[in-house]
Amino acid sequence: MAKHLDYLRESASQTAGPYVHIGLAPGAAGFDIYRRELGWDIAGPNAKGERIRVEGLVIDGMGAPIKDVMLEIWQANAEGHYAHPEGGGPVEEGFRGWGRVITDFATGEWGFDTVKPGKTRGRNIGTQAPHLNLWIVARGINIGLNTRMYFADEVEANAKDPVLNLIEWENRRATLIAQRIERDGLPVYRFEIRLQGEAETVFFDL
Amino acid sequence: MMKPGEFHQRDRDIHPPALTPGYKTSVARSPRYSLISLQNSVSEITGPVFGHNDVDAGDNDLLTNYAKAGQSPIGERIILHGRVLDENARPVPNTLVEIWQANAGGRYRHKKDTYLAPIDPNFGGCGRTVTDENGYFYFRTVKPGAYPWRNYVNNWRPAHIHVSVFGTAFVQRLITQCYFEGDPFIPLCPIVQTIPDADAIDQLTAKLDLKATIPLDTVAYRFDIILRGRRSTLFENRLEGN
Ligand SMILES: [Fe+3]
Repeated sequence: MAKHLDYLRESASQTAGPYVHIGLAPGAAGFDIYRRELGWDIAGPNAKGERIRVEGLVIDGMGAPIKDVMLEIWQANAEGHYAHPEGGGPVEEGFRGWGRVITDFATGEWGFDTVKPGKTRGRNIGTQAPHLNLWIVARGINIGLNTRMYFADEVEANAKDPVLNLIEWENRRATLIAQRIERDGLPVYRFEIRLQGEAETVFFDL
Repeated sequence: MMKPGEFHQRDRDIHPPALTPGYKTSVARSPRYSLISLQNSVSEITGPVFGHNDVDAGDNDLLTNYAKAGQSPIGERIILHGRVLDENARPVPNTLVEIWQANAGGRYRHKKDTYLAPIDPNFGGCGRTVTDENGYFYFRTVKPGAYPWRNYVNNWRPAHIHVSVFGTAFVQRLITQCYFEGDPFIPLCPIVQTIPDADAIDQLTAKLDLKATIPLDTVAYRFDIILRGRRSTLFENRLEGN
């Protein structure tokens, strides 16, 4: 078997810039071009599990909401399977587990509807608590920021989660946990992402 | 039991750091604490799967995907093509590549772009495609113009096309920019210069590809995209129980 010792180097990241919407969400940029924009429907109509809404802000070092962010979401279904050949098992027809949202240009609020994911298998042993994987890009962000959102009502699973437990500073673990509220009978998880400051969100080098 | 191999650790020395004061917007938008390093779990080695149902055949032709019938955008007609490969030089097939750009005058079709160069009625400025089994992709478009931006008062972006790529795993997700060989703004641009490595900048610079140029019709530029590669799984089972 031939060995590849001449590795290539990963292409360097560059900021998504202020006009990321043109490419990835042209409807939001103010024009209609594709038959269908991608990433609007995360769970699809057949997904089992609890339907939830997730909302929040991304806040900069001045304490101001960022109004030109794009977030991508990657999550398992309610059984803890990702829609991928190595995802741990089958998913419902139409479940993609991937989403793309942009912030409101006036307020910086973002939000999306999905189903609450289940526990996923751990890296070697055990399980990971239910979580969403998030990737954040914007003008001024030179390389996409990876973080995770966990659920406040999963106290027991969160306490055993290998990734949360890897964070040495216990007080910082709270930055990854979204609080649950109810609105019109629908569970809403609120998640503020802080890029700087004492409550800076934990970001990962994956 | 065979376990899927992990992805090579990202070489942060070729990527821009979060805080780059020459690019002023990064100052308030850069995390200050160290990133927490994670080994890959199922959450990282998986990622969205795209197929030919997601995009339409004409989505990669920016000369026609927004033009009125019988009309074309103004500007230098170009082909931008290349391959998506991983660090092991293996092609990345069936992956979504999305691009966006200013028109030939340097103006974006975006509510927030107020530059005085005109909107081109026949140019949307975005395209997308899925790579073939060899990782190959191509777009047809016009070469974007340089445009001014508010950083220092006289900063101009070199001509560039924004590029978004997925790969097969969420850890490979990448957004970058494609520049064009010979552009004098490249060494002057604070955004380009956030990249600390000259070879890495050169790797983002598309090269004139005369052989792919269509005589009397369209100039071609070659732009390969490299995503993170994955470790071989050959001896992975020895790690069981670690
Ligand atoms: Fe740009």
